[in-house]
Amino acid sequence: MISPQVEIMILASLTAVACALPGVFLVLRRVALMSDAISHAILLGIVLAFFVTKNLSSPLLIVGATITGLLTVTLTELIIKTRKLKKDAAIGIVFPLLFSIGVILINQFANTVHIDADCVLFGEIAFTPFNRLIVGGVDIGPQSMWIMAGILALNIIFISLFYKELKIATFDVGLAASLGLFPAVIHYGLMTLVSITAVGAFESVGSILVVALMIVPPSSAYLLTNRLSHMLFISAGLGVISAIGGYFTAQIFDANIAGSMATVSGVIFFIILIFAPENGLLAKFIVKKWTRWDFGASTLSVHLLQAEWSHAEATELITGHMEDHMSWSKQYTSEVIAQSIQEGLIKKQGDKLMLTSYGREKAKNSISKG
Amino acid sequence: MNAKTKQKTLSAIDVHDLTVAYREKPVLWDVDFQAPQGKLLAIVGPNGAGKSTLIKTILGLIKPAAGQVLVMGKEYKPQSRLIGYVPQRGTVDWDFPTNVLDVVMMGGYGQLGWFKRPGKEEKRLAFQCLEKVGMADFVNRQISQLSGGQQQRVFIARAFMQDAPIYLMDEPFAGVDATTEKSIIELLRELKQNNKTVICVHHDLQTLKEYFDWVMLLNIRRIALGSVTTVLTPENLRGAYGGRAAFLAGKDEEDVKK
Repeated sequence: MISPQVEIMILASLTAVACALPGVFLVLRRVALMSDAISHAILLGIVLAFFVTKNLSSPLLIVGATITGLLTVTLTELIIKTRKLKKDAAIGIVFPLLFSIGVILINQFANTVHIDADCVLFGEIAFTPFNRLIVGGVDIGPQSMWIMAGILALNIIFISLFYKELKIATFDVGLAASLGLFPAVIHYGLMTLVSITAVGAFESVGSILVVALMIVPPSSAYLLTNRLSHMLFISAGLGVISAIGGYFTAQIFDANIAGSMATVSGVIFFIILIFAPENGLLAKFIVKKWTRWDFGASTLSVHLLQAEWSHAEATELITGHMEDHMSWSKQYTSEVIAQSIQEGLIKKQGDKLMLTSYGREKAKNSISKG
Repeated sequence: MNAKTKQKTLSAIDVHDLTVAYREKPVLWDVDFQAPQGKLLAIVGPNGAGKSTLIKTILGLIKPAAGQVLVMGKEYKPQSRLIGYVPQRGTVDWDFPTNVLDVVMMGGYGQLGWFKRPGKEEKRLAFQCLEKVGMADFVNRQISQLSGGQQQRVFIARAFMQDAPIYLMDEPFAGVDATTEKSIIELLRELKQNNKTVICVHHDLQTLKEYFDWVMLLNIRRIALGSVTTVLTPENLRGAYGGRAAFLAGKDEEDVKK
């Protein structure tokens, strides 16, 4: 028998991974906000299906919700097709409409059942262990854990089966269509996955945080890798780290678990944004700085070469005069000189700067290239 | 002279009375267009003339309001893989997390069919295609690091990978430098030598005569179609480009006279 704490962590991890996998394709297709739309609009489907079944744990709820998810996608695309509105506005019109109808229906007719606004927005993963799945009289764990595991399996199967179709439909729709690979079918397949995943995750993490789990880990992964397959695995890994990290953060601050998960994933994103080896801000800054120095170094060595050729006054080559000659700031000049010496382009002899033979070659090269 | 024999041979692409409209506004009006096999053919016309639309309609990506498209004498289904497509470079996201070899292999996805993944054989083929376009050194290069000309050559390698008898290319020379343009036209000539039909949306009237044997002037309607020398007359150019073409036409008139 595993403890409720572990059950919650397993459920949180399953949810995070199930969300991250289709999320990768949403991010790459630049329809990240579609997850927001779907995760809200499914409320209407859940409520309507509940009116039919009168049962909150009926599988029909998932069906109803998935249908509303797809309805959101279709309606949005219809509005875009009229060419009167852009995608963001179309999304912003469709899902609040469906969502608010759902909210009104809950207020009017479903006051007696356990669907309330807080639960809809944030979910309550902490309560999920109470709802057990009993098979043949044996308690095999929380129901939502098994539902989420099933949804995760579905996502993994779909993405593995249609990996190359998803890839080409995401990268180059025109080519996919011209090859007869039905990108539209793949698109709706993906949106169905997103809808099903959102319904499953809805109960545990609520409709807002579904979005965080679908978008944030893939966005972080995007900064870390140049391969689609790696992006899927890294997103899944970051999802799990956010889930477990979020759980413990919630324990420490006595906070909402789902909220903490989203916070942790956001913090991870910003850390990666700054420190990612190639695409991070810091790496970009260093490269930029280095290019500037590098450019300065070659300018300086060309200048020294010209001076050598024209037998200029020795004063030209004196360190302290350099910034006046080049009209550079004092700091940049000293940085460039330091860089040039480090690269072995120039050397200092007393006060004077001299080209090394390597620096002379490089300077000649730069001139002939220019 | 040999017009009769030409009519007897099957056109690679045969478009009849094609009208395409966006929301009841026609972008192609009743276009008739035959592309003879084994030719380098340019579709030329001003912006908004419907050049890309024509290509996409032939491919079945856009549904026509009226008319018919025959490819090798039959109605076209993408599954028949008769056409290799090179979209405009700008239509894809070059920041997509993938490398050059992978993009070229996508050209073979149609042959693979559903569920199957590309394997060693596809990798080998893709590598060959990259060698042909002189990009073999870039196999593992991240696509975001390619220059415009390199991107275009990767796209052409991908078209080689499709190994189709007909190629439709949307502005293969857009935004590439002169050297790359020369190497691309060499590749297209090679395709032609292998008896492929190559149809390009083209913009530069100056290079038309040097690069292509057959040309269609298009401006919503078909203005003219035929061999480059017969089509490039001042009247036809005025027909396609309207008043704006005064100086264009003048320039080309001289060219034609040469």
